[in-house]
Amino acid sequence: MSQEEKIERHAIAVLVDNEAGVLARVIGLFSGRGYNIESLTVAEVDQAEHTSRITIVTSGTPMVIEQIKAQLDRLVPVHRVMDLTAETHAVEREMALVKVASTGEKRVESLRLADAFRARVIDTTHTSFIFEVTGAPDKIDAFIGLMRPLGLVDVSRTGVVAIARGPEAM
Amino acid sequence: MAENEMTGAEIVIKSLVDQGVDTIFGYPGGAVLPIYDALFQQNKIRHILVRHEQGAVHAAEGYARSTGKPGVVLVTSGPGATNAVTGLTDALMDSIPIVCLTGQVATHLIGSDAFQEADTVGITRHCTKHNWLVKSPEELTRVMHEAFYVATNGRPGPVVIDIPKDVQFQSAEYVGPKNVAHRTYRPTVKGDVEAIKEAIDLIANAKKPVFYTGGGIINSGPVASQLLREFVKLTGYPITSTLMGLGAFPASDKQWLGMVGMHGTFEANNAMHDCDVMINIGARFDDRVTGRLDDFAPNSKKIHVDIDASSINKNVRVDVGIIGDCAHVLEDMLRIWKAKARQPDKAALGDWWKQIEVWRERKSLSFRQNGETIKPQYAVQRLYELTKDRETYITTEVGQHQMWAAQHYHFDEPNRWMTSGGLGTMGYGLPAAVGTQIAHPDALVVDIAGEASILMNMQEISTAVQFMLPVKIFILNNEYMGMVRQWQELLHGGRYSHSYSESLPDFVKLAEAYGAKGVRAETPDELDAKIQEMLDTPGPVIFDCIVDKYENCYPMIPSGAAHNQMILADDADAPTVTEAGKMLV
Repeated sequence: MSQEEKIERHAIAVLVDNEAGVLARVIGLFSGRGYNIESLTVAEVDQAEHTSRITIVTSGTPMVIEQIKAQLDRLVPVHRVMDLTAETHAVEREMALVKVASTGEKRVESLRLADAFRARVIDTTHTSFIFEVTGAPDKIDAFIGLMRPLGLVDVSRTGVVAIARGPEAM
Repeated sequence: MAENEMTGAEIVIKSLVDQGVDTIFGYPGGAVLPIYDALFQQNKIRHILVRHEQGAVHAAEGYARSTGKPGVVLVTSGPGATNAVTGLTDALMDSIPIVCLTGQVATHLIGSDAFQEADTVGITRHCTKHNWLVKSPEELTRVMHEAFYVATNGRPGPVVIDIPKDVQFQSAEYVGPKNVAHRTYRPTVKGDVEAIKEAIDLIANAKKPVFYTGGGIINSGPVASQLLREFVKLTGYPITSTLMGLGAFPASDKQWLGMVGMHGTFEANNAMHDCDVMINIGARFDDRVTGRLDDFAPNSKKIHVDIDASSINKNVRVDVGIIGDCAHVLEDMLRIWKAKARQPDKAALGDWWKQIEVWRERKSLSFRQNGETIKPQYAVQRLYELTKDRETYITTEVGQHQMWAAQHYHFDEPNRWMTSGGLGTMGYGLPAAVGTQIAHPDALVVDIAGEASILMNMQEISTAVQFMLPVKIFILNNEYMGMVRQWQELLHGGRYSHSYSESLPDFVKLAEAYGAKGVRAETPDELDAKIQEMLDTPGPVIFDCIVDKYENCYPMIPSGAAHNQMILADDADAPTVTEAGKMLV
C-alpha cells in the first residue's frame, strides 16, 4: 500500500456558529460525500458568542482528510477548522459510563479493576455498579474489554473531545 | 410604530429593492400570499409568473448567467419548494447565484404535517450553498441581506430562505444592507503571491503548455475574461475550455483549440494529454473533462486556480494550487509576468504548435451533409452562420443537441452560453431562455433543444407568450433520446430500451396551441429559409428541425479511456468501452 492510500485517523475540531441546523450540515456533509465518522461530540463553548465546538474523529487517506477539512471549512457557519492530529500534539479524552451486573467473585474483581483504571463508582445496587471512566479512547476500550466477562450489561460513551497542547487558542 | 418598522412581507420586498433586484421569477401559493400582496402594492420589482417552480429556478439561472447578477425566485411551501429542488441542485453544481424565497406554514404549525408543509431547509440543505428558516420577523432583514452576500461571494451558489406565513405578517424593524455583516463567511479572493510566482515560473519555462479554463472565469465577471485574453495573447499558448467556460476566450481566435472533454476536439484533448504544464483557471477537473484519472495528462505539472479550496486536489493532485478569484489571480499573474519580463520558449512553442496543427488537421468535428436528411451538426452550423452577427444568447437542454451546440456554435463573448453542465438537467433550456430574454429583451435568445428534453418544461412557452418574450426553440428532432440511444449503441448491443420518443406532439400545432408560431424544416435545401423565417418572427417560435435519427455525437472519449484514446466519426467502429468503463456514467 502506497503512502497515498494509507488510511489515517484524524481528530478534527470545528468551531461553528451555534445556529439551527449546523450539526445537520456537518453530519450531512459526511454522509453525502461518503466520509467516515468514528465519533462526534458537540456542545456550546461560548454562550456570549454563540459558538459551539464540534470534535470529529474520522479516517481516510491523506487526500480524503484534506478534502474533509476543505469541505468543512466552506460550510457557511464555520469559523475555523483545525486538524488536531496533523497540526498539533493534541490531548484526547473520552468519558464512558459502564454498567456491570454481577455478584460474588466477579463483582469484587470488577471493583478491583475499576480501581486500577481510576474509574469511579457513581451508582450501586447489591447486584450492579455503574463506573465512570475517563481517558484516551484506547483506555476506555481496554476497560470495557475487561468488564465484558465480569457482567458488562450497558455502555454509554461520549466520543472524543480534544484540544491542542500549549498556550494557543484554536 | 418605530421608524422603519414594517411587516415581514414588506421587509422581503424592501430588501430585494435595496439589493438591486428588479425582476423575480415565481409562482404564488397559500404560504406566500402576504409577499404576493406586498408585491401587488409596489412597482419596483417585476414578477415573472412561470408555469412550474422548476422553471422559475432555471429562468433565474438564465437571468443570472447572462447578466452576472443573482437570480431571485419566489415560491410557496411544500410542493412549491420541492419542485424547486432540481433547479437549486442545478445551480449548485454550476455555481450560479440564486436567492430562492420559499413560503412555509406558520411557525406554530411547523412539525405538525400541516397542509403543504415540507421540511424545506432539511430537503434543500444538500442542494444549496446555505439556507435559513426564519423563525421571527426580527431575523428576516439580516437573513435577507446575508443571503445575497452568501449567494454571490466566494464560489457562487443557490441559497434558500424559508419564511413562515406568520413571520410574513408580523412587523419588525428594517435594516439596510450596509448595516449587515456576516459573522463567519469570508471567502479568499486574492491568491497567495508566492504560489502565483511559482506558477509563473512553471508557465514561463513550459515547453508544451495548455490553458484549461472553466466557468470560474465567467463567474468572476467580464474583467476575468479580458485578463485571460491578455495573458493568453501575451504567452501565445494554446487554450481550451470546459463546457461551462465557453465564450471566456473567443472561439474565432487562432489560439483556441475548441472544447475539452468527452465530446471535446481531438486537438484540445491531445494537447491536454501531452502537455507539460497545465494552467487550470476556474475549472474543476470534472470527470467529463478528465476521463481516466490515472492517465490524465500524465507528464504534466498542474497549476489550479479556484476560489473554492475544496476543488483543489479533489479529483486530481496538482503541483501549484492557488485559492482565489480568477480575475484577481489573473491580474497578479499578468503583473508578475510583466515585471519579470518573462518570455515564452519560442522554439519549443513553435514545435508544440506544429504538433497541435497536426491534430487539428484531423478536423474532428467534421461531418458529411449529403442526401435529403438534415444532419443535426449542419442545422447548428447554419443557425450559427445566420445568427452570429447579432447579439445572440444560446441556451440548451441536455443531450446530443447540447454537445452539437457546444461544438458547432462558436462563442466570442462570455455570458452568452447557458447550459446545464454539472447536473445535466433535461428541461433546463426553455426556462433559462425565458430568464435570459427577460434580462436582454432586444437580443436574440435561442434554446437549442432536443425533442425529448423540451417536453420536460414545455409549459414555459406559455410564460414566453404571456410576457411577449420572442425566444426561439430550435428542436433537433431525431425522435430519440439521442445520447441515451448513442450509449445503448456503444454499451448495450444496440438494445434501445425506452429511448425512442413515442407519441410525440406535432410541434408546429403545439406552438400554435400556445399562441406561438411553429416552423418545421425537413430538408437541407429549405433549412436556411426556414431559419430566416424563425428569425423574422417577432414572437416566440418552436422550430421543429427534423434531423438524421441515427447520427452520433463525435468525437468522443469513451468512458474509462484517456484523452488520447478518442473515437472519431470516421473510425467509429474502433474498439470502444472497457468493462470498467461501463460502470461509469
